[in-house]
Amino acid sequence: MTATTTAAPAVGIPVPVSERARNEKRLGWKLTAPAVIVMLAVTAYPMLNALWLSLFSYRLTDPAAREFIGLRNYGVVLSDALWWQTVVTTVIITVVTVAVELVIGFAFAMVMHRVVFGRKVVRTSILIPYGIITVVSAFAWKYAFALDSGFVNNWFGLGDFAWFGERWSSIVVICMSEIWKTTPFMSLLLLAGLAQVPEVLQEAAAVDGATWRQRLTRVTLPNMKGAIMVAVLFRTLDAYRLFDNVFIMTAGAQKTETVSFLAYRQMISRTALGLGSAVSVLLFLSVVAIAAVFIKGFKVDLSSVRGR
Amino acid sequence: MSDRRKWTVAVAVVLVASATAACGGGEAGAPTLNWYINPDNGGQKELAAKCSAASNGAFRISTSVLPNDATSQREQLVRRLAAKDASIDLMSLDPPFIPEFAEAGFLRAFSDDEARELTAGALSGPVESGTWDGKLMGAPFWANTQLLWFRKSVAQAAGINPARDPVTWSQIIDLASAAGKTVEVQGNLYEGYMVLISALVSSAGGKILENPEAGKNVRPAIDSDAGRKAAEVIQKLGRSKAADPALSTTDEEAGRAAFQGARGGFMVNWAYIYGAAQEAVVAGTLDQAVVDDIGWARYPRVDAAMPSRPPLGGINLGIGAFGKHKDEALQAVRCITSLESQTQYMLKSKNPSARAAVYDNAEVRKVFPMADDLRASLDAGAPRPRTPYYTDVSTAVQRSFHPPASVDPNRAPAKAGKLIVDVLKDKVLL
Repeated sequence: MTATTTAAPAVGIPVPVSERARNEKRLGWKLTAPAVIVMLAVTAYPMLNALWLSLFSYRLTDPAAREFIGLRNYGVVLSDALWWQTVVTTVIITVVTVAVELVIGFAFAMVMHRVVFGRKVVRTSILIPYGIITVVSAFAWKYAFALDSGFVNNWFGLGDFAWFGERWSSIVVICMSEIWKTTPFMSLLLLAGLAQVPEVLQEAAAVDGATWRQRLTRVTLPNMKGAIMVAVLFRTLDAYRLFDNVFIMTAGAQKTETVSFLAYRQMISRTALGLGSAVSVLLFLSVVAIAAVFIKGFKVDLSSVRGR
Repeated sequence: MSDRRKWTVAVAVVLVASATAACGGGEAGAPTLNWYINPDNGGQKELAAKCSAASNGAFRISTSVLPNDATSQREQLVRRLAAKDASIDLMSLDPPFIPEFAEAGFLRAFSDDEARELTAGALSGPVESGTWDGKLMGAPFWANTQLLWFRKSVAQAAGINPARDPVTWSQIIDLASAAGKTVEVQGNLYEGYMVLISALVSSAGGKILENPEAGKNVRPAIDSDAGRKAAEVIQKLGRSKAADPALSTTDEEAGRAAFQGARGGFMVNWAYIYGAAQEAVVAGTLDQAVVDDIGWARYPRVDAAMPSRPPLGGINLGIGAFGKHKDEALQAVRCITSLESQTQYMLKSKNPSARAAVYDNAEVRKVFPMADDLRASLDAGAPRPRTPYYTDVSTAVQRSFHPPASVDPNRAPAKAGKLIVDVLKDKVLL
């Protein structure tokens, strides 16, 4: 453990700190205190409560039978094939959607960045899907692919292929809907990154005879690595918690259940507060793990994208 | 800037105004009873208005619509009742959930005298399904059952008359396959699929649970010959040409649409089908010829030698245990479930009544040419298992039998039985 290097100022090893810096730090704490208190009340308390509940066998409709069972709920969840099936489904959806969104989102960001004519129109039309409520977009996609109301099969001559009748075709539709809906978010974050790349560098590279591709891979991408990683991180965290599309389109049938849907069913449908909380805590830990891998592993600096 | 400020002020005014308007609802005087209803075509709202007026100012009933499917309706009510929501005075309850609500103390039990009064003249099925532990918890309001609906032209071409000679599942699946028509059932992963499985198991002479009243210590009975026969029917349909292409996602309405379409042949579905088809004609979305072509018969048999046990459904009225106006709520229940109200409701909503006398009403018999079949079906029906853990049992069965085309008769019933036990003992996720 080499915690000393990073934690040095905190443990009070004498580092010369000016009066002003100390005052600024104190002011910072005062300014953020209200937000911190509110966050503790609305985030930390429910999380700790979930952690506490996960140690019980407890049903909302049978409160008398509540019983402390320690970590047994976690054992049940982690040894259950259904949990691992939902994890696999979630990972597949996350990887596919984030990868596709990154590519399309980057293309959109370039368009939004470079477009000269009709800038507002282009930017607005790219962003519209993001403004649509997820449940509404999920219904729209569901109806488009459904056999009774859909037009997709007609367009592509698929006859009565039931998209939601099989696992993989259902996941394809879920992914498409998710990609359509959130690519704009990705491109917004990437646009902020693009705007950070100094124009001078581009010009210098152009003068030196760099081709378009060389400028992209040698100048643009390296200079916006931070923005890309932040965008990917945000979208990965979001995608891993995917719920709405699955809820609307398949309700978890055909093995399309995601981890958050599993938590919802244990917690809300079955009112099994103990097991449901255990699933939720594990979901939370997975999300924390993803964030940790990005931030430590890929050295993403969250403060590097100050939209300046 | 001043423009933006104007907008901000305007928005703030609207918000404050709507907030105060929302608070202004509870004036002194007659209390307002909140009745949580399942969605229908406006029939319950009509009864709410009628019974408000009939109370001579003693109370006013306002309705709040619950979600579409039974499972979500229960979810919403459980969430509110677990938090002791005092605003739930009356609720329209799907009978399978009554044991759970009763055990959890969510419902005000009717006294024996009240129960006698509210169940006088009611069919036995709805009374039984509204009773838990010897107490009436939900007053019979309307009763539902499924019939076999068929297109007369298809049956005729196949040379059968299901209305006269009882048919088996195997028979109609074969006939429909040969004729290029479908047999529509509810195959989506939801409560409707449990209705199908439960009816098939009952029709084969079996049960889902051996001792449903035992709660967590229940012994499943689905891993039996009856369970396997039920699975065989589902597998046969799922793999036949008579299956709807979207069988694994079909619910009541999707099935109805397909049945009314070009490939419609047979369908098992609730009683509202006929009324809904007539309404579609009025709305101009369906040909009268299709309605004229719709025939009905008793639910198909699993075993040719054994009469079928059709599914039972419907709605019972419960009084919230935490409401502040229970006396008024009781009066409202009396009014809503009266013979007159139930007749009015059957005519308006096209849902069958829970009272026997309604089926003898001349007007009802005109609107429901199948009135006698409905009554017979209600009397012969088998309820879904009555347990406080119904949702878990139902979900476990559904998941073990889904998707319909992949059901293995040798494995699905055993799997369901094991899953029920494991889930109730908190040994697995569901």
